Amino acid sequence: MSKKYCEKFKIPKHLEVPMGAVIPAPVKENRNMITGNWRTERPVIDHEACTLCLNCFLFCPDACWHLDEKEERMVWNADFCKGCLICVNECPADCLTPVNELEFKGGVVRLEKPF
Amino acid sequence: MAKAVETQNLEAVKSIRRVPQEEYYLPGHRTCQGCGPALTYKLVSKAAGPDSIFLGPTGCMYVANTSYLCSPWAYPWMHTQITNAGAVASGIEAAYQVLIRKGKYKGKLPNIVVMGGDGGSIDIGLQAMSGLMYRGHDVLFIMYDNESYANTGIQTSPATPYGANTTFTPPGEAIPEGKVLFPKDAPQLVIGGHPAVHYVATASVAYPVDLINKVRKALNYKGPSFLHIHSPCPKGWMFDAAKTVEVAKLAIETGMWVNYEWEKGEYTYQHTPKEYKPVKEYMKTQQRFAHLTDAHIAKMQAFIDARLKAPGIPVALPVLGPREE
Ligand SMILES: Cc1ncc(C[n+]2csc(CCOP(=O)(O)OP(=O)(O)O)c2C)c(N)n1
Ligand code: SF4
Ligand code: SF4
Ligand code: SF4
Ligand SMILES: [Mg+2]
Repeated sequence: MSKKYCEKFKIPKHLEVPMGAVIPAPVKENRNMITGNWRTERPVIDHEACTLCLNCFLFCPDACWHLDEKEERMVWNADFCKGCLICVNECPADCLTPVNELEFKGGVVRLEKPF
Repeated sequence: MAKAVETQNLEAVKSIRRVPQEEYYLPGHRTCQGCGPALTYKLVSKAAGPDSIFLGPTGCMYVANTSYLCSPWAYPWMHTQITNAGAVASGIEAAYQVLIRKGKYKGKLPNIVVMGGDGGSIDIGLQAMSGLMYRGHDVLFIMYDNESYANTGIQTSPATPYGANTTFTPPGEAIPEGKVLFPKDAPQLVIGGHPAVHYVATASVAYPVDLINKVRKALNYKGPSFLHIHSPCPKGWMFDAAKTVEVAKLAIETGMWVNYEWEKGEYTYQHTPKEYKPVKEYMKTQQRFAHLTDAHIAKMQAFIDARLKAPGIPVALPVLGPREE
């Protein structure tokens, strides 16, 4: 119940909470729900072979591939990629390779407290 | 006289390059790896853009998307009761119409989009959806079809295909095929029963540009429109998460899914293969069909053959190719 409503009807202070749940809308990413730590494998890109066809950008359910238009290369989002490997499956240039997280020094399975 | 309400006029996307780079369904949600409905949500959000209100009935796309005190949506959204998404959307649209008519709201009518699961659209949520379609509210109702009540642990729904193993249709000695019923035809249900509707289409995550354009076309239509979107669910259908798009494509190649548009009585078809592959090729990609015998698969093939030739689909369909036995 809102503060105004509580004062008007003399409702105890502990019931003073906003109407409904008010949560901020994320702008670029929802940092409160990091999903990169689900991953056991990650897609690694060979930029030389990439044709910028944008398949990975279109088909990633977690919106983890984007085109950097200035650099003309695809950018991957390590904090949120769940490692489903749809992008690897749909890359027509075969320039994405799944690599086990254990291969990386900072791989999520090696982190004591992932993210 | 009430002045005509100005609505959005969204441009068609001509190529992959023209697909908006901006995301409105953002990274940071608990849907499973490779979730087809999440991919649908992302593409629909891109198509509709920021001037939209999204809402939907309880299901994976609300429960798995909203975590404690956060959500992945950059636009206003609402989680409705599983039965009443159509009614809530009707109310939002009617309120905007009144505010605009009274001059209390100066903007254009926003895109009002319902993203309903198959259960929330044509089963438990059917009456509210049908009421919206009947009364003619300017709302786009999307049924993202993962072919089960997925969020509660994959129970059968009227969209679940014949022969699928779900937690309510486990195959056993008495009922060896698991699910015995054939699915409801969602778009035909809307087309057949709702004179206020002028645009109904089916789409698939396998063809994102087509999907985006159908969303935009539907939003540009005044009045209600309905989209049925094939959204494979790796968890419920039991296939590898990397194969979501592959499975969706195979559904079209085997005739398990048909992409079409219905505009004011006229049908047009998209992505029809020259020759259909046997449905077996689709079914063997998913563990939910693993228990089926050849006789069951033949029954499914006969159903698909009949549907592809159905008189309710008044357009010449490609001739079925030879199939292996
Ligand atoms: C009246 C009511 N009955 C049952 C439920 C439990 N329930 C929550 S989500 C869900 C499944 C919804 O299935 P669907 O609409 O297909 O969406 P999906 O989870 O598959 O995305 C069910 C049965 C509920 N929330 N409300
Ligand atoms: S799908 Fe492959 S080739 Fe296409 S943009 Fe992505 S990485 Fe490059
Ligand atoms: S592995 Fe999956 S989540 Fe990660 S970038 Fe590829 S498609 Fe996206
Ligand atoms: S159960 Fe299916 S629909 Fe639900 S989040 Fe998982 S993959 Fe998506
Ligand atoms: Mg469902």
